[in-house]
Amino acid sequence: MKVTINGTIKELTGSSYVSDIVAQFCQQSKHVITEVNGRIVPSHDWNNTTVSEGDHIELVAFVGGG
Amino acid sequence: MTNSPLIIAGKEFKSRFFLGTGKFKNKKEMAEAITACGTQLVTVALRRIDIERHQENILEHIPPGVTLVTNTSGARNAQEAVRIARLAKASGCGNWIKIEVINDSKYLLPDNVETIKATEILAAEGFVVLPYMYPDLYTARALVKAGAATVMPLGSLIGSNQGLKTREFIKILIDEIDLPIIVDAGIGAPSQAAEAMELGADAVLANTAVATAGDPALLAKAFAQAIEAGHMAYLSQLPTQRTVASASSPLTGFLYDIPAKN
Repeated sequence: MKVTINGTIKELTGSSYVSDIVAQFCQQSKHVITEVNGRIVPSHDWNNTTVSEGDHIELVAFVGGG
Repeated sequence: MTNSPLIIAGKEFKSRFFLGTGKFKNKKEMAEAITACGTQLVTVALRRIDIERHQENILEHIPPGVTLVTNTSGARNAQEAVRIARLAKASGCGNWIKIEVINDSKYLLPDNVETIKATEILAAEGFVVLPYMYPDLYTARALVKAGAATVMPLGSLIGSNQGLKTREFIKILIDEIDLPIIVDAGIGAPSQAAEAMELGADAVLANTAVATAGDPALLAKAFAQAIEAGHMAYLSQLPTQRTVASASSPLTGFLYDIPAKN
């Protein structure tokens, strides 16, 4: 299944829960924020939210800023 | 005047120095600067994770008890600022937001109109909104009406270290706006921060100057002390400037009263 993660098309194999995507593409999951097709998915819903072919997923985290 | 603590949205701040966390050489230097100056409020930003590279979690390096304010940098209009604010809130790290709407990459000046719109939406959603703005009285009044918790006028261009170029306009906001005035952007030296505080600003936010100094922790501490000194000077009701001399010593001759020559 192909999805777009942070602007890059990725082929997902296996499970398509948001929690799996976070585990696969983020070095650590603390304070990571996810959006699927522009809708925020809170971390407590990662385990019961799946993504589908063509979905746009954003993985966002805090960085330094003024 | 009495030295009452700074209160923003019901939260008390003993330190009037707020620090941005961008541009530090590494997280260690950032953490040392935060600790050295005793700041109680830092700003952070949100960005897409680089899924190809390891990325440290900056929040792990910010001492506990420091209030986190997420900025909406990267937003080019109110809608994008609102989206960033909602994402920040979803992280569980609080609902304090510095609105920063910029669509000019040369001068990085804030878009006051879009900033008002974003403030209205986010304040209505319960966010504590700290809008970064170009110091304009009408905008500041609109931000008050929109539910802002503070007003954050720029001293000069972001990262320019030029100091208080907007001094006279910030003074108008200090005199007319009944919210904490936090001078943000362009403050490049402790003397400039002290000047803002002497003018009557409630706090100063700096980032570039500290982060790019040879010894960030030392400069952060110098900023904190200058801000405290400037605030004390403001409370002391500084005398005004004069165009002619006013002797500090008695105006008599040393032993005999000699008439002054004209």
